[in-house]
Amino acid sequence: MTFKRYTVALGAMLAVGVAGAAAPAMAKVEGDTIILGSSISLTGKYATNGLHTQRGYDFAVKTINEAGGVKVGGKSYKLAVKYYDDESTPARGAQLAERLIQQDGVEYMLGPYSSGMTKAIAPVSEKFGVPMIEAEGASRSLFTQGYKYLFAVLSTSEQYLATAVDFAADKASSPGDVRVALAFEGDPFSMDVRAGVMDKVNEYGMKVIIDDQLPADLSDMSTTLTKVKALKPDILIVSGHSKGAATAARQIDEMKVNVPMIALTHCEAAKVQEKFPKAANGFLCPTQWVESLSKSDPMFGSAAEWNAGFKAEYPSYTSVPYQSAQASAAVYVWKEAFEAANSFDQDTVRDAIAAVQMETFYGDIKFSENGNNIAKPMFMRQIGADGSYSLVEAADDMVFPRNVKY
Amino acid sequence: MLDNLQLLFVWAPVINIQIILEGIFVGAVFALSAYGLALVWGVMNIKNLAQGDFVIMGGYMALALTSVDVPLALIMVIVIISMFIYGWLVYVVMIRRIIDQDMFVSLLATFGLSLLMQQVMNLIFGPEVQTIDMELPVYDAFDNMVTIPSSKIISLVMAAVIAVCVIAFMKKSRTGQAIRATAQDPRAARVLGIDTDRVYAFTFAFNAALCGAAGVLVSIIWVIQPFYGITYSVRSFAIVTAAGLGNLPGVIGAGFGIGLFEKYTGAIVGTAYEVAAPVSILLLVLIWRQISMRRNRQVVQ
Repeated sequence: MTFKRYTVALGAMLAVGVAGAAAPAMAKVEGDTIILGSSISLTGKYATNGLHTQRGYDFAVKTINEAGGVKVGGKSYKLAVKYYDDESTPARGAQLAERLIQQDGVEYMLGPYSSGMTKAIAPVSEKFGVPMIEAEGASRSLFTQGYKYLFAVLSTSEQYLATAVDFAADKASSPGDVRVALAFEGDPFSMDVRAGVMDKVNEYGMKVIIDDQLPADLSDMSTTLTKVKALKPDILIVSGHSKGAATAARQIDEMKVNVPMIALTHCEAAKVQEKFPKAANGFLCPTQWVESLSKSDPMFGSAAEWNAGFKAEYPSYTSVPYQSAQASAAVYVWKEAFEAANSFDQDTVRDAIAAVQMETFYGDIKFSENGNNIAKPMFMRQIGADGSYSLVEAADDMVFPRNVKY
Repeated sequence: MLDNLQLLFVWAPVINIQIILEGIFVGAVFALSAYGLALVWGVMNIKNLAQGDFVIMGGYMALALTSVDVPLALIMVIVIISMFIYGWLVYVVMIRRIIDQDMFVSLLATFGLSLLMQQVMNLIFGPEVQTIDMELPVYDAFDNMVTIPSSKIISLVMAAVIAVCVIAFMKKSRTGQAIRATAQDPRAARVLGIDTDRVYAFTFAFNAALCGAAGVLVSIIWVIQPFYGITYSVRSFAIVTAAGLGNLPGVIGAGFGIGLFEKYTGAIVGTAYEVAAPVSILLLVLIWRQISMRRNRQVVQ
């Protein structure tokens, strides 16, 4: 009799054990915690921006949990993120995404940092039908693959510098006379930016007088700038990530390049206003988000309030990179989607994400059929003589021509 | 491309001066790092794929020293000495063990070293592009069409001084003679009482010091990033292949030649092809050598 009782107890324990062991395989929700997975670059060449992203995720998770978490089926759940370091290599990222999904049983994902990494990971999450909300992959090519489970809260890359061309057209007596100089790196992101610029240039019938491609190991673009000085274009447009911005600013300074309008990406990341204050005066720089934006939401408040909260959490930031803001927005979309779906079923949640339409501190969010956010514009800022950034909403807001005395 | 040619030779010939100057400035830096490679290759038969990473490491040392306000001349001395010590350590720990192995072992080992150095620099200094801005005046001429930053003039002078010292050292000093003797015939050198192991260690350390010096110049005239080493390795290999081993005047000539060729390629075809220029020269030199050697072989037959 006792023996029998023991066997039953043992059997029960075994059953619990098996159930416990099997649980991780479907552990999208453990107890009252919803686990989001992310492979993120904490080492390697994207380490800095990877960290900005991770902090954006963590800050949003903390804020949402403190405000009561996510309510699904009348019950409150906390959010948590499981991270792996992808070492900034796409192959590793794809491997880790598979590990998150297959071994750790993660069913909802947050994106990695950069278009390249997102490109490597999206096919994996797509294959397993795992919805992924990403905040750091802007390449247009991510949204032409017909992915059903990929959503991005940020504006796509072809919008980065297109407004600068609009401004140049506004400032010219006849847009057709504007002479444009282009210097773009050959990577997918910069080529997307260039495509957006070229669409506008062709629309206005402007003349492209210099069209140079910059190398990936970019440390010297003096030949391009020599040509710029000889041909005197009305606007110079440069894109090549932080290294492109740093090299361009340094050599524009050194070669005393005087072009009335200069627009380039990644000014903030390269800190051109601090390192080359003289040359950077008058640069037009696109950004995904500005803290003076007049948008707000019930979770984080206004853009300025999110900014203040983030700085209080991470006091090392003097100015908060937009990469962190959009990362927080991605987590916020997950909360909204879970609550709208009122379910943990992947496809129901996926459809809820697709239907999301919300105002956030980061701007409006509404996804197109391809998964990119079509409700939020890019913003253009100009660097002033004192190194500050000011928002340029129309051509008349900007200092034109650049007023630099070398 | 036709537009660019027209611009260079018809519309604004004055910009040729700028391009030639840039070519000379880059050439001087390339020659410095290439000469070190020519030495280790010629003396020890080690093809050092971490050459460019030594350059970048020198650059980061300079960057770290500038942040504590050390003057440039002193930075140069400190970097040369500490890179020399680093080179000696690398020799003792690693290179000594692969010196008698075949070519692939030396390529693989130095490639591994290159990866290791990149990642360590990335961990310490971060992946952002950095530069030393000395805030020195920039001279201009021809109605601002030609600009010459004083930092580039300083770097050219420094490169020239170092080159002269190296030539004198290799010609006159006992160690220089020992290096040349070991390069010619290590066995005979050993018989005559030269400690070849020490010569090898010195040569490798000397190479690291030269690279470090080049790195200081790179960081004051361009930008550095932990992963930029490879472009300097490629250029060094191209220059050494074109000039031949152990031929210092040849290396300097080839350095300037490749610098100019690179800048003109950039101006005519596009900046993206600048780095491709030395590689295409490498290819042409190899083909040309192959053809000329074949002619020799036929004579022998």
